[in-house]
This record gives sequence, structure tokens and C-alpha cells, in this order.
Amino acid sequence: MKSTTPTQRAVKATVKHILMILASLAMIYPLLWMLVSSLRPNEAIFREPGILLTTLEFNNYVQGWNALSHPFSHFLWNSAIVVFASILANLIACSMAAYAFARLDFKFKVPMFAAMLLTIMLPVHVVIIPQYILFSNLGWVNTFLPLIVPKILATDSFFIFLMVQFIRGIPKDLDEAARIDGAGHIRIFFQVILPLMVPALATTTIFTFMWTWNDFFSQLIFLTSPDMYTVPLALRAFIDSTGESNWGGMFAMSIISILPLFLIFLFGQRFLIKGMATTGIK
Amino acid sequence: MSVVAELQQLKKGPAGGRKRKHKENKAGHLFLLPWTIGLIGITLFPMAASLYLAFTNYNLLQSPEWIGMENITRMLGDDRLHNSLQVTFTYVFVGVPIQLAVSLAIAMLLDRGMRGLSFYRSVFYLPSMLGSSVAIAVLWRQIFGHSGLINQLLAMVGIEGQGWVSSPDTALGTLIILHVWTFGAPMVIFLAGLRQIPDMYYEAASIDGASRFKQFFAITIPLLTPIIFFNLVLQLIGAFQNFTQAFIVSGGSGGPADSTLFYTLYLYQQGFGRFDMGYASAMAWLLVLIIASITAVNFWLSKYWVHYDD
Repeated sequence: MKSTTPTQRAVKATVKHILMILASLAMIYPLLWMLVSSLRPNEAIFREPGILLTTLEFNNYVQGWNALSHPFSHFLWNSAIVVFASILANLIACSMAAYAFARLDFKFKVPMFAAMLLTIMLPVHVVIIPQYILFSNLGWVNTFLPLIVPKILATDSFFIFLMVQFIRGIPKDLDEAARIDGAGHIRIFFQVILPLMVPALATTTIFTFMWTWNDFFSQLIFLTSPDMYTVPLALRAFIDSTGESNWGGMFAMSIISILPLFLIFLFGQRFLIKGMATTGIK
Repeated sequence: MSVVAELQQLKKGPAGGRKRKHKENKAGHLFLLPWTIGLIGITLFPMAASLYLAFTNYNLLQSPEWIGMENITRMLGDDRLHNSLQVTFTYVFVGVPIQLAVSLAIAMLLDRGMRGLSFYRSVFYLPSMLGSSVAIAVLWRQIFGHSGLINQLLAMVGIEGQGWVSSPDTALGTLIILHVWTFGAPMVIFLAGLRQIPDMYYEAASIDGASRFKQFFAITIPLLTPIIFFNLVLQLIGAFQNFTQAFIVSGGSGGPADSTLFYTLYLYQQGFGRFDMGYASAMAWLLVLIIASITAVNFWLSKYWVHYDD
């Protein structure tokens, strides 16, 4: 690097930080504004571009919570069920598949692995219509089954891939040692590999949480009655029923809906960013 | 390692030639049983069914009626479909390059050892995480609405705004801005890539008197090409499939004047709005073909600009 005096360097760093802070503000300004607007009376939202909070109006939250046919807690609960079941299913099914791909040798392994990689890139639209027909024939439409059963069958290939990568990093000597001690594959999987896979499992948990919580397309297709609505569908019903007249309530429920994501973000940031940096998931 | 690198690896065949053991064979297929059932039942069988349905007229109530190429000729003459393709291509080919450029630029500014690095990284990443949610689409609808945040800000400097999401000229632009806003995901991948470039390359270059500008083009960009390629492939595949924001911002219509009628939104309207399942299946296969050919072209072009140093 070119030689610079300490003062020059300090000036440069300061300028850079100012730029970064400005960019950060621009990035999160809409989010802060939404948060502040959710605490303002409706009329003020249309006048106030600032994010200084002068009034604390919780009415939006009270009124928004009860604006639909069920209290908002009902939809939060529905989302929670789907998310929890999806996480559990992904953890079990994907780790099993990953163990096979990473550690075992079997017939058709290469074509199966290739199929697994290709399904990561397959647009959901090409299977969603026959899936809808299938699930509708099984009487599963308007239940949570179409959202959960595919995960039990390890269709979220991205996590298999992520776990394969992770298992490959675990020294093989550990399995060999266990095998010499007489352990079978099931024991090796449960007692050697799984405990060492915790970071990959954490990443999977966090991403499954985020994706399922945010998922709109498949929930829109498979859940048809307000009883079964999850949070994204409830928010959408909110727009449809109150139109442009109730931004306060809409923002309040939007904030509620992203709060769990935000908490997961704070809590799991390390795994999230690491998992994404190594595999490139959104 | 990335999916992309992995796929390229597969072309070369499996690594190592361990002897297969009968016991492993059985265990392997056992561990893969859920996945195998899923692949066949929830992926391959539906794909075959979808291919068949693409040549039928099917509304869920009557059994599918074979109509041969009719759906395809109908697609050729469907103006709304052509428009939706144009909307999607504009969104993808404007949004993705801008998003990648912004994410690379910010990643480069976030030096190693910079104070507050993890704070900035988190702030920039946050929108990526929330971007595909309905809540953010709701927010966007307000921000770019007639009495929305943007117009309030513009009014402060004396500019009279307009209803950005209600004008056919600007509605798509607001969704592209939303896409660019979620640059945090590729940025984190760029950060990881930049971190792998050895410092000594830059040190050597600056001893030789190379300017920052020259270092960027002679060191950073060439060494980063695998990561750029990876981000490009994934972002293109993802952007083609975007749905939620266009659905929410336009209230499910793709309006105003079909200006935000994304291809996936039109497919949804045909399949699940009108239950025209045959036509929607044909549309789904066109989407697969488009994504597959763009990915293939990407791989083919990568020979000319992506450098792997192995």
C-alpha cells in the first residue's frame, strides 16, 4: 500500500465509517419507519416521513390483532405448528440422506447425488400442479400435511447438500474407530456423526425457520380457509379486508410477523452468515 | 465449495474408487429411503404428470383431455404471457446485475479488521432475510404509494411525487429496487470470497506500483470470478421464480396494466385462479426450459471468464 501518515489514515477511516453509517441508515430506514408508523395514529402515517416517535399509540396493535375472523395469535400458532414440524422433519430426513451420500457407498450413488443437486435448482412451479392434484385427491388440501410431508421426505435438498459438505469435513477415522468397536451404521450415525454435526443442524434449523415462516406461495395454494391461515396469509387477508385505510394496523401486524425472524436473526446470526457464506443460500 | 463447483465435479465422475460392500449398499439405501420416496413421489412422478398435463386440457373436475400441441400454440399467441415474459426478463436482467454490483461494492468496502464490521454486515444482511416476506411487500406498497414515504420525503425537498406502484411506468421499478435492497445475501458470499484472496498479492502489486484501480481489475476480479459466477447462477435462478412481492404489491393482479405480471404470477392465475391446469403445466415447463437454458449458457460462458486455480 502507499505510505500514509496516521492522520491521513484516521481521516480515511472516519470518512469510510460515515459513508457506511449513511448506507446502513438507508438500508434500515424503511424498517424503522414501519416500526415507528405502527405506533402512530393512522393519519400521522401519511404526514410523517420522519422516524421520531412523538406519540405511543398501541391501538394499532390491539385493533390489528382482532381485525380478522380470528385473533392474530391463531395465525401465529398455525405458523408455529408448520414451522416446528418442518424443522423436525428437515433435521431428521436430511441428515439421514446426507450421511448416506457423505459416508456410504451404494449402487446408483452418483446418479442419485446428481439428482439431489439438480432438484435444488428445479423451480417448484413444475411440480406444484400435480402435487396439488395428488394432495387434493388424498384430501390433504386445507391441512398442514402438504406443507410438512414433503419435508419428511427430504425434498429440501439444499440442506442435504449443506450437511453432506459438513460431514465430509468430519475425520473418517472417527467412524472407522467406531466400526472397529463393532458399531453399525445406525450407531455411527447417531453417536458419532450427529453430535458432531450440531453447527450444520443449527444452520438448517434457522434457515428452515426463516423460509417456512416467510413462505407464501405454497401456503397460498394449499391453505384455503381462514381457520388454517398462517401468518403470511393472514397479512394478505388483512390487506384485502381493510384496503389502504388501515396502514397502522397492517404495519403493527407486519411488525409482529417479522419479530420471530428478527429474534432468530439476533440469536443465530453466526450460523446464518457462516452457513450462507459456505453454501450460498439466501 | 458450492453447488456449482459440485456439479462441475460430478461431470468428472466420482472421486476415488472404493470397493463397494454389500452391507453399505443396504445401509445406504435405507438411510436414503425417505429421500428416495420423496424424489419419486413428490418430484419425479409430479414432473412426469406435469409434462403429460402440458398436452391436455384439464380443469380438475373432468379428467384430462389430450389436446396435443394446442397449449403450445396458445402460448405462442398469448399476449399476456408474452408481456409476463418481458416483465420477468426486465426484472431479472436489470435487477440481478445491479444487485450483484452493489453487493460486490459494499463487500469490498467492508475491509477485514474494519471496526464495526459485523455490525455493518448484519445491517446490510437484515433486508435479505426479511425481503421475501409479505410484511415487506406490504411495506413496499405503502412506501411507493401515492401518500407513501417516498413522496413525503420528496415533498420535503419540494418535488411532487406520484403513485409509483399505481403507475405502469414505475411499478416494476419499485420491485427491482426491492430486489436490489436485498443485496445482503450475495454480499456475504462475496465477503467470504474476498477473504480467501491472499494479502501478499496486493502487497506485491503495490510494491510494483499498481494503483488500487488496477489491483481491482488485475487481482480482485479474476480471483473472484468463481464466486461471481456462483452468485450469478443462483441469483438468476432465484429471481426468475420471484412471486410474493409482485403478488402482494399488485394485490394479486400483476397490475397496473399488467406491468408487474411476473411469469410465476401469471402461471398462478392460470393454474389456481382459473384452474386451467393443462395450460399452467405447459407454462411451468417453459419456465423450466428458460431457467435450464440460461443456467446452461452461464456454464458454457463460464469457460471464458471464470478462473479456477486448481
